[in-house]
Amino acid sequence: MSNPLYSIPGTPASAPAPPAADEAAVAGARTVNEVLAQSQIEAVMDELDRDLVGLAPVKQRIRDIAALLVIDKLRANLGLAADGKRTAPSLHMSFTGNPGTGKTTVALRIAEILHRLGYVRKGHVVSVTRDDLVGQYIGHTAPKTKEVLKKAMGGVLFIDEAYYLYRPENERDYGQEAIEILLQVMENQRDDLVVILAGYKDRMDTFFKSNPGMSSRIAHHIDFPDYSGDELLQIADRMLAEQRYRFGEGAREAFARYLEHRMKQPHFANARSVRNALDRARLRAASRLFADRERVLSEADLTTLMPDDILASRVFQAADS
Amino acid sequence: MMTNPTGRITQGQFSFLPDLTDDEIRMQVDYGLGKGYAWSVEYTDDPHPRNTYWEMFGMPMFDLKDAAGVMMELTNCRKTFPNHYIRLMAFDSTRGTESIAMSFIVNRPKTEPGFGLVRQESEGRNIRYTVHSYATDNPEAERYSG
Repeated sequence: MSNPLYSIPGTPASAPAPPAADEAAVAGARTVNEVLAQSQIEAVMDELDRDLVGLAPVKQRIRDIAALLVIDKLRANLGLAADGKRTAPSLHMSFTGNPGTGKTTVALRIAEILHRLGYVRKGHVVSVTRDDLVGQYIGHTAPKTKEVLKKAMGGVLFIDEAYYLYRPENERDYGQEAIEILLQVMENQRDDLVVILAGYKDRMDTFFKSNPGMSSRIAHHIDFPDYSGDELLQIADRMLAEQRYRFGEGAREAFARYLEHRMKQPHFANARSVRNALDRARLRAASRLFADRERVLSEADLTTLMPDDILASRVFQAADS
Repeated sequence: MMTNPTGRITQGQFSFLPDLTDDEIRMQVDYGLGKGYAWSVEYTDDPHPRNTYWEMFGMPMFDLKDAAGVMMELTNCRKTFPNHYIRLMAFDSTRGTESIAMSFIVNRPKTEPGFGLVRQESEGRNIRYTVHSYATDNPEAERYSG
C-alpha cells in the first residue's frame, strides 16, 4: 500500500504533501497569445470596446493594465518574479468624473478582467457608500468597515462618492477611522482585494489632498471625460435597442436637438440624463397610443418613438422662452 | 489502554490529523463558502467535551465570497489568544438544516495536559465517574500559560 497522505501526531512520519497550487491554469504559457487564449481576456476587452461608447482614455488605461498583468504572468512562468513571491502590482484605482460617465459600469468590467487574469480570485464587486463603512457611535465603525472588507475579499470593493468618508468640518467624525482601516488593508492585503474609489473630480481632488496616504496608495487615477453630443446619441440608440424601442422618422434629430439644449442646462448627468429623457419619451409615447382606443396597434407602433414624444419636453419650452 | 496517546484534544473534524496548515485551512473554508456556509471563529480555554458553546470571536461572517476574510479574522484571533483553543465553524442556513455543518480546531495551546478521571462515591457502593480537565484547575486566562 502507498503511504497515507497524513501522519499520525507524535510519530516521526513524513510531513503531508502541501496542497497543489492552482497555478496550473496559465502555467507553461510562453507567448502573449497563449495567455490571452487561456484567460479569454480578449473577449472581455472586445465587449468593453463594443458596449461602451467613447471613454477612449479609460479604455486605453484598462488595456495598459491588462497588458501589464499578461506580461507579469509570462515573467512568472519563466521564474522572473522577485524572490518567488508574486509581485502583485498595486491595482487600487480612483475613478473621477462627472455623474453618468460610466464609472460603475467600468468597475464591473474591470472586476471581470482582473478575474480572468487571475489577479482577483472571485471577481465579484461589492459596491458601498459611506453609510456601509462608517458607524453611528464609538466602536461601531471598525467592525462595520471590516465586515465590508471581508465581504469584498477575493473581488473588487467599489466605494462610490468616496469623498464623503472624510468630513473635515467635524474632527471627531468616524470617517477617519474607516479610512485608516481601509489604508491598512489596501497596503497589507493587496493580493486579496482591489479597491476602487469613485467620485466627482473636484471633490475627489480635495479628498486626496487631505488624505495623502490614500492618494499615494492608489496607483491608477483614471479620469472619465464627459460625453460629446454624438456619443450621447449613440448611447441613446443602444439604450433603446436594449429595450426593444427605436427612433421613428425625425425622432433621432429631435433627440439630438434635445441633447443640445439639455447639455447647456445645470445638473446634466451625461448617460443618466439620456436614460431619464428616454424614459420620459416612452411615457409620452404610451399616453399617445393610449388616447386612441379603437386603433389596432402594430408592432411598429409599439416600438417607435415619434418626434412629438421628444419635442414635448420641458427643455424646449425653457429654451424658447 | 490509552486511546489518545498524544494527549491532544480530539473534537470536531480533522482532529486526529496533524494540525492543518494555513493553506489547508483556506481550502476547507473555500469549500464551505462554495456550499454557502457562514463561517465563524470561536475560542475557549476550557476544552471539556461538554463545553459546547465557546466564546465567539466577532460576528459570524455572512455573504463572504473568499476565504481571505475568514483567514484575516483567524489571524486576529490567534494574535489575541495564542494559547487558547480556536475553532472555525460553518453554519448552514439551508431550511431544514439550520445548523453547524463543519467545525474544526485551528489553534491549540502549546501543552495540553488532558483529562483526569474523577470518581465520586454516592449512595450504597455506587461510584459516579466524570472527566475533569487539568487545565481548568487554574483560573480563566491563566490556563495554558506555561
